Amino acid sequence: MVHEPGKSRRKGAAPTGARMHGGLKLEPHKAESTREPILRGPRPSELVLPLAQHMGAAAKARVAVGDHVARGQPLADADGYLSAPVHAPASGTVVAIEPRRIAHPSGLATPCIVLETDAADHDWDGLHAHPQWRDLTPEQVRTLVRDAGIVGLGGAAFPTHVKLNPALTVDTLVLNGAECEPYISCDDRLMRERAAQVVAGAEILLHALQAKRCVIAIEEDKPEAIAAIKTGIAAQRRRSNTSDFDLALEVVPAIYPQGGERQLIATVTGRRVPSGGLPLNVGVVCHNVATAAAVAAAVLDGEPLTRRVVTMTGDAMAAPRNVDALYGTPVSALIAACGGYDAPVDRLVMGGPMMGFALPGDDVPVVKAMNCILAESDAIAAQRRRSVKQVQPCIRCTACEDACPAELLPQQLHWFARARDFDQARDHALFDCIECGVCDAVCPSDIPLAAQFRWAKAEIRARDDERSRAELAKHRFEARAQRLADEKREREERLKKKQDPAAIEAALARVKASR
Amino acid sequence: MNDVQALMTKVLVALIPAGAIHVWLFGPGLLINCTIAVAAALAAEALMLKLRGRPLVPALLDLSAPVTAVLLAFALPPLVPWWIPVVGTLFAIVVAKQLYGGIGFNLFNPAMAGYVVLLISFPIEMTRWPGPFDGVTAATPLDQVNEVATIAGGWEWLSLAVLAGGLWLLSQRVIRWPIPVAVLGSLTVIATVFWLLDPGRFASPAFHLAGGATMLCAFFIATDPVTAATTPRGRIVYGVGIGTLIWVLRNFSVYPDGVAFAVLLMNMAAPALDHFLRPRGADAR
Repeated sequence: MVHEPGKSRRKGAAPTGARMHGGLKLEPHKAESTREPILRGPRPSELVLPLAQHMGAAAKARVAVGDHVARGQPLADADGYLSAPVHAPASGTVVAIEPRRIAHPSGLATPCIVLETDAADHDWDGLHAHPQWRDLTPEQVRTLVRDAGIVGLGGAAFPTHVKLNPALTVDTLVLNGAECEPYISCDDRLMRERAAQVVAGAEILLHALQAKRCVIAIEEDKPEAIAAIKTGIAAQRRRSNTSDFDLALEVVPAIYPQGGERQLIATVTGRRVPSGGLPLNVGVVCHNVATAAAVAAAVLDGEPLTRRVVTMTGDAMAAPRNVDALYGTPVSALIAACGGYDAPVDRLVMGGPMMGFALPGDDVPVVKAMNCILAESDAIAAQRRRSVKQVQPCIRCTACEDACPAELLPQQLHWFARARDFDQARDHALFDCIECGVCDAVCPSDIPLAAQFRWAKAEIRARDDERSRAELAKHRFEARAQRLADEKREREERLKKKQDPAAIEAALARVKASR
Repeated sequence: MNDVQALMTKVLVALIPAGAIHVWLFGPGLLINCTIAVAAALAAEALMLKLRGRPLVPALLDLSAPVTAVLLAFALPPLVPWWIPVVGTLFAIVVAKQLYGGIGFNLFNPAMAGYVVLLISFPIEMTRWPGPFDGVTAATPLDQVNEVATIAGGWEWLSLAVLAGGLWLLSQRVIRWPIPVAVLGSLTVIATVFWLLDPGRFASPAFHLAGGATMLCAFFIATDPVTAATTPRGRIVYGVGIGTLIWVLRNFSVYPDGVAFAVLLMNMAAPALDHFLRPRGADAR
């Protein structure tokens, strides 16, 4: 079933006209990188695999320097529930386990497994294909997903298996193919070229969640991806010939940030994720389309997560396109594969222009969260810097309020942040801010609102942390004081007992009697 | 609509038709008052920025001080002595705006604060309006609001010109619809109800809409973003409050028009309205 804007919807679907609040039409800049098909990335001589490339605890290395590993072999285990393993993207030898610079704005080094690749390319035999996945229990599917190291590929890198173990009943799976941020096109190309895999992944995810309905949401400006997914759904329906699952395609308006989890759920289901809550609270789980494809590869083919599609674009990129890159590949090798730079580069951004961050250099490795590399030329950067005006006072025009996709009041939060009135900021749902930067873009006074909100959140977290530590210290102190008091009292009681004349008499009597 | 200066420029442009009608009706008094007020406003702004140790640019160029001055000039009778716009503007800029911290930080609408100071201090000068076209000083039609009054020919043209400018501001998204609609709607409803109950005692809704500063208030004064409520529901209540107070003050106060007091009273309520009438998304209590 295909739902397009304006067409009638069936019961249970979002009310017509339901959509997210606010948002912004941005120059898409997608055509640059979508002309060419996905390029298979190079196999560099050295792969650098950070142990922390997902949300949660860093993985624990299970190999030692000098070990020979096969392609797909786990190099590091998940450390706890909220964690994910890391696999070898190619066969080779572990040459070092040491801190290396990774894709993080700080540019700090974190522990990485360094793999020298070889041409043997033999596969690890620990993971198995499960073409008959319908016979597996949801628990078994979850285990397969976890062991394949799958995390959310939309950018957050949240361990997928955790989202497949819902504490509440889920009736709807939303697959996020909105890809609303300018320049990024990896999901677009993936849906065009691997629609069958996305649809198969959707079915497996539904099975794992024990849910019936899946909506694949794509922004209206991706007609090729929409057509491919449409075909994929039709083929799957013919093949499976069952009405177990209800797969639907939903074409959503191309407006930033439509791909935000809460925003997409509001548009697709009409449901509102409560403040501080999860999609689960409204019976929804949301996964990225690329994550679904990775789940299909893991379950159907026994293929762990060792590569992803990365959009290589930006005005300084000679031949922008999407590359299917091995994790651990240095970004510089991908840039070389795209013809290098054709203009002096000011900075490399990981992610899109709205929510991305500048990389410390092009030597950092590809990680699971890396959806896009944006090379910005000196000329464009100079233009951008010229357009940054002096910040003026807020005149409460509410352009930000109108545009905020989370339906917040940025003009109020701005006051609370300035005044360090953190209780009010929290009361005004500061933590529902997704830091999309729409408020910055529309502010006539050029106030860096999103940065202020990020700062306020960090301050509140630090303050809460300090409070709970102070609370703990107080508990400890009181417990110690109590213990000391108890001990003192016991000592005194013992002493009193010893000094009891009757007891002394009795003791003397015992001594005499024993003689 | 990319910066404060552009917004303020559009507000000034939107006042041009009303200014033309004003001059047609009452002669060039408005232009003289505007010139005096703008000069006084820029001088006061510059002096206060200097005293506060703030840079003159961009605050002096954002055109917010001239907008305050021009709105005040529109509220003045055209033939007042020269020092009336000077005193009013000085109070508006020095006390109501800069002492609160300059643009964006003022609690009260500066033009209305200046107007109220003048009205209370110099009631004779402030209520001497000439009749349209004749240059003869007469009471404003609103002085007769408690009797059965008709609008002296010409005032409705001024209101229509202000309305035209206001609609243009709406189309430019410089202002949003809720406040003007709430001000005009509530005033219309309450005026209609009482007019129907006792047409011998209460003026018609048309009189209230076309007379006095109703249109100027609805589109140019109540919509001042700094001092108005900003949440969707807050704006409605804010506008309804102003519309209701205008009617109450016109009928039951000693002053001919209630616009300035209505706006200042609701300015005081705006922070509370924004606090209690948040949209769902901004409420994590």
